[in-house]
Amino acid sequence: MASGAFAESGADLELVGIQKRFPGFTAIEHLDLTIPAGSFFALLGPSGCGKTTTLRLVAGLEDPTEGRVLIGGKDVTKLKPYQRPVNTVFQSYALFPHMTVLENVAFGLRRRHIADPLGKAHEALRLVELDHLATRKPQQLSGGQQQRVALARAVVNRPALLLLDEPLGALDLKLRRQMQLELKSIQEEVGLTFVHVTHDQEEAMTMADTVAVMNKGEIEQLGAPQELYELPRTAFVANFLGQSNLFTGKVTGTTSSAITVDIEGVKIIVPSKRAQRHTGEVTVGVRPEKLHLLLKAPKVDSSVNVLGPGRIIDVSFSGVSTQYILTIPGIGKVTVFQQNMSSGPLAHEGSEVWVSWDVEHGFGLADEPAASPKFSADTDTATIALQKKQALMSELEEA
Amino acid sequence: MISKLGFGKWALPLYAIIALTFLMIPIAYTFIFSFNDSLKTNIVWRGFTFNKWLDVCNQQEVCEAFGNSLIIGVTATVCATILGTMIAIALVRYRFRFRSAISLLLFLPMATPEVVLGAGLASEFLTAGVDKGMVTIIIAHTMFCVSFVVVTVKARVSTLDPALEEAGRDLYGSPNQVFWRITFPLLLPGIIAAALLSFALSFDDFIITYFNSGTTNTFPKYVYVSAARGIPAEANVIASAVFFLAIILVLISQVSSAIRRKRLEKVS
Repeated sequence: MASGAFAESGADLELVGIQKRFPGFTAIEHLDLTIPAGSFFALLGPSGCGKTTTLRLVAGLEDPTEGRVLIGGKDVTKLKPYQRPVNTVFQSYALFPHMTVLENVAFGLRRRHIADPLGKAHEALRLVELDHLATRKPQQLSGGQQQRVALARAVVNRPALLLLDEPLGALDLKLRRQMQLELKSIQEEVGLTFVHVTHDQEEAMTMADTVAVMNKGEIEQLGAPQELYELPRTAFVANFLGQSNLFTGKVTGTTSSAITVDIEGVKIIVPSKRAQRHTGEVTVGVRPEKLHLLLKAPKVDSSVNVLGPGRIIDVSFSGVSTQYILTIPGIGKVTVFQQNMSSGPLAHEGSEVWVSWDVEHGFGLADEPAASPKFSADTDTATIALQKKQALMSELEEA
Repeated sequence: MISKLGFGKWALPLYAIIALTFLMIPIAYTFIFSFNDSLKTNIVWRGFTFNKWLDVCNQQEVCEAFGNSLIIGVTATVCATILGTMIAIALVRYRFRFRSAISLLLFLPMATPEVVLGAGLASEFLTAGVDKGMVTIIIAHTMFCVSFVVVTVKARVSTLDPALEEAGRDLYGSPNQVFWRITFPLLLPGIIAAALLSFALSFDDFIITYFNSGTTNTFPKYVYVSAARGIPAEANVIASAVFFLAIILVLISQVSSAIRRKRLEKVS
């Protein structure tokens, strides 16, 4: 990184064949990823999926076991963190406790001998509306203010790439909403490439223009938030981003525009372009809010899929909508969200109901049915806790 | 019941007063007798004078021993603090072969009886053919001070969030800059505490010094040796001065931290 100069604009980030092994486990198996300049990119996944490791590889705080990292077309794999045009907003903010807010923000500028560091630091603090607290120490600020200082300290350097490691995790809900909007507007204002790591799907969807869903060290699906939500490719994505009703059956008929899947004797039609696989056993899904709850069996209509009858086993009211859970014999549980258009619930526990959805709303997944429970054992919290404990034990033994 | 309460009310303060008096008598005695217009010995009160305070180096030996102790204390402290800080950082931050063995070995000088350490070192110097003197004392003191520095600084390093140093590197700080601008200032309170501790340990060490000093005199050694034929009042002057200096330093640090806390409260 040339000293005394800012990056002209955001830069592309390219990860080529990245693999990262730690003693005892592999964090990232094989990762190829391109993030275009100027975008707000979110890496979304459960804890332990390798997303933070990916971020640290880009920042240079970890070295990949294999593969290359390219920023703006330049190979930076061998460069040290301080030689990369990248800045990070850390999860814990990592503000220097012995420096004032102003000195914290000016730190990066001073290291690179950029003219007028204090003036530029004040400017960055004005951007996050904290200039009046410039002389305070970090521990005199609230969590939200510290987060904004951490952001200003990174943004002031105009890095080609700004990395955000769950920076909103420690904030309460209301503050988080506010910060999400602020982050988004700052990104639009300064036009840098933002790479945001989070496990909060709502945060990823509201802020990012491209989301990559990560699981077990691999990217399951990448695309615009709406695209991921409307057309998930795998069961993991279908359940990690919102909720889905999934049914598995055999393909019994294929036309040029649609496939027919037999689910326990019921024919379900899925448009071919919305199905990842067109033969054999496939899993089809539909979002709970796309379902209609019906008290009578509907007329047969080729543009609508119908399942039922089933019985409602749970009704829970949540203001704008009501969630119904019903069981359909042979098929299992189905969740339905209905907007509360009229007062009072549509149906009660024990009512006999049918569900229907437009053919256009269904989707077919790419998973092999056997692999469909992708929330597999080694990503749940109990396993992660166990791994942590083992790591701790081995460290204790060593000491 | 009442009598029990009454007993509790006066017994504890009385006990405290007796204990404090018992502790203070030698110090008070030393201080008072630094004003004694004594001749060779300083046992009988012969009248009040400021002369001993104004002319401390009248008894050359006392001053020389005190000077030696200062030189040894400062040098050993500087060496032990630098070495100990580096060891502490390495032990907390890095994983390497023999790491746990080194942690264990560092505890040994604290656990071993001083007589054993002193005698062991003395025979070591003898075998190696090193003349005993100032240098051997400094080496000996550095050795046992390092352990205390490592323990003190290690506690500080392990509370330091590694993300702070990572943030420094991320913000274009070279390893050198990150150490001096982030790690070092944040460890400084621990390092200062360690340095004060090792100076105190070095300054009043007698046993290890006695084995390894040869003809070089230190203040504790001088006091011990001359106790047999009477300690001159100049020694009382130096002892009292050191005592009050320590008290003043403690007071200054307490007051300044109280002021700082009040200022923080006012701002927030």
